[in-house]
Amino acid sequence: MLIDLFSIRRTMKETFDTFSLELEPQYGEKSFTFAPGQFNMLYVYGVGEVPISISGDPTRHKSLIHTTREVGTVTRAMRKLKVGDTLGVRGPYGSSWPVEKAVGCDVVIVAGGIGLAPLRPVIYYILSHREKYGKVVLLYGTRTPEDILFRKDLEKWRGRFDLETHLTVDRATGSWHGNVGVVTTLIGRAPFDPLNCMAMVCGPEIMMRFTVLELQKRGVEDGKIFISMERNMKCGIGLCGHCQLGPTFVCKEGPVYTYKNLKDVFLKREM
Amino acid sequence: MKNSMVVIVERKDFQNLFDVLSKRGYQISGPTLRDNAVIYDNISAVEDLPVGWTDHQEGGRYRLEQTNKKSLFACVVGPHTWKKILYPAEHTFIQVKRNGSKLEITSAEKKPPKSALIGVRPCELHALAIYDKVLKDGPYPATSYLQRRQDLFIVAVNCVNPGGTCFCASMNTGPKATSGFDLALTEIINNDRHYFVVETGSKLGADLLKEIPNKEAGIEETQTADKALQKAAARMGRTLDIKGIHDLLYRHFDDPHWGEITKRCMTCGNCTMVCPTCFCVNVEDTTSLDGRQAERLRKWDSCFTVGFSYIHGGSIRATETSRYRQWMMHKLSYWQNQFGTLGCVGCGRCITWCPVGIDITEEAAYFRKNDK
Repeated sequence: MLIDLFSIRRTMKETFDTFSLELEPQYGEKSFTFAPGQFNMLYVYGVGEVPISISGDPTRHKSLIHTTREVGTVTRAMRKLKVGDTLGVRGPYGSSWPVEKAVGCDVVIVAGGIGLAPLRPVIYYILSHREKYGKVVLLYGTRTPEDILFRKDLEKWRGRFDLETHLTVDRATGSWHGNVGVVTTLIGRAPFDPLNCMAMVCGPEIMMRFTVLELQKRGVEDGKIFISMERNMKCGIGLCGHCQLGPTFVCKEGPVYTYKNLKDVFLKREM
Repeated sequence: MKNSMVVIVERKDFQNLFDVLSKRGYQISGPTLRDNAVIYDNISAVEDLPVGWTDHQEGGRYRLEQTNKKSLFACVVGPHTWKKILYPAEHTFIQVKRNGSKLEITSAEKKPPKSALIGVRPCELHALAIYDKVLKDGPYPATSYLQRRQDLFIVAVNCVNPGGTCFCASMNTGPKATSGFDLALTEIINNDRHYFVVETGSKLGADLLKEIPNKEAGIEETQTADKALQKAAARMGRTLDIKGIHDLLYRHFDDPHWGEITKRCMTCGNCTMVCPTCFCVNVEDTTSLDGRQAERLRKWDSCFTVGFSYIHGGSIRATETSRYRQWMMHKLSYWQNQFGTLGCVGCGRCITWCPVGIDITEEAAYFRKNDK
């Protein structure tokens, strides 16, 4: 289990409780390759290690971006790190979104809250190979307007003619003039061909569950719906056993699964 | 091994095995008596074995008894497993030094001594083969396990006296060792004669045997051993019908019977600690008081703890019922998906060492009986 040392090049506050870190390797090759949807194990000296999905652009290899919410001891310590500080990195691990398989298809991306972070690499990737895909739709829902991640990106994406972006919030606050309601309400009228599309879904499990139902209603096959799961990961390489989800290890077979493969497991409580 | 050879080693010459292994630089581990139980530890002579002792095992019960016979291997498996040596309960694998804002990360893996295990039971050989699949054959093998496994010398012991909670015969993992050993012994005490029928399982085993006084096995001697093992297979303490067990348990995932089991289960995790195939570990980071050094440790963990499945917001398996179900279904169902084999070898430890005597064979039988 080798740990590579990276320096923090930039820190970004995304919302009141989420932040991004841009990292660059301290030694060796100054590049990092990953597939959209994969994660790294990030180590804060003396505190511990946590799995964090990669949220940066997979076509740019010079730096590495992770976005995370402050939820525990390690992420709390991580947030306090400053530019120039050192972080340990192992990875990339896990399965990835089907960006290659989706070539020639419409792409529907449905994200809830911080679930947009592991999907952002997909959007970057598609936009830099835009001619290879059909219609591309991004549906993004958060609890409140204050929870919206990557505002600058979203503003840019909303301005594009080749990307359909729709946002919604569960609860409107302040000067919000957009959609109100859960993200699943956007699926029914989203412009994509259900018979020739790939759906990529990431968010809380309850959100993914109802998103799958809506996609199925539109006629999307279970084998073309992809979801990303989260479980406790201590090693990231299939040895510690913590991330087991029924017959699979989320760090090996996941985090990205086709709904078809996970169906029997996904709906079982406490599996 | 095709060219396996069967010989006889008399009891009086048995110490030679220890001497030859020591001479060749092996650290020998084997069963020995401690605190009224047979455990695995470093041993150097025949006298360190539980000479003359036998065990009585039942659900939640373990007792030793001294007999008139001077058997060396009349006790079956105790609370320890070989993972104690091959995948230690606590192991530091990374060291980090901090100098200002710079970190230096180094591996803390040290080359372990060459190890010889004496008294590995057939079920335990199967457990080792399963451990190999989990820790050695994947894309990211566990370094410390690889190192310890590499130079291992294994002296297996066939089980002529199965214990009360044993069910290897129904799991096809015993009572006779078929592969994965260097030497395999069957201990026979016949009237006044005490000897071992020794089968070689590797070139190294055959080579080592040259230095131990032995003679070719006669038909009568091998037949005695074979008969004893056949008899042993017929008087296992328990059985577990594994036919279709994978789907059987899936069909009963929502069975209220899991809740009935956990009325007794205290989620203490004993079953996972004594299990020879349970491999789950936690990873912990510690720092020295002055903050200049940190270490990363691996420690055995158990799926019976609430923290095991914790992610932000709570544990995935918050109820005791879900945790017992996870353990049993992992052993008998999920393991098959994950590694193409069962995760249970029928050693019976989880039954013996469960403080309330929950019995995996009994619970599996319940689901089978109530299967529509």
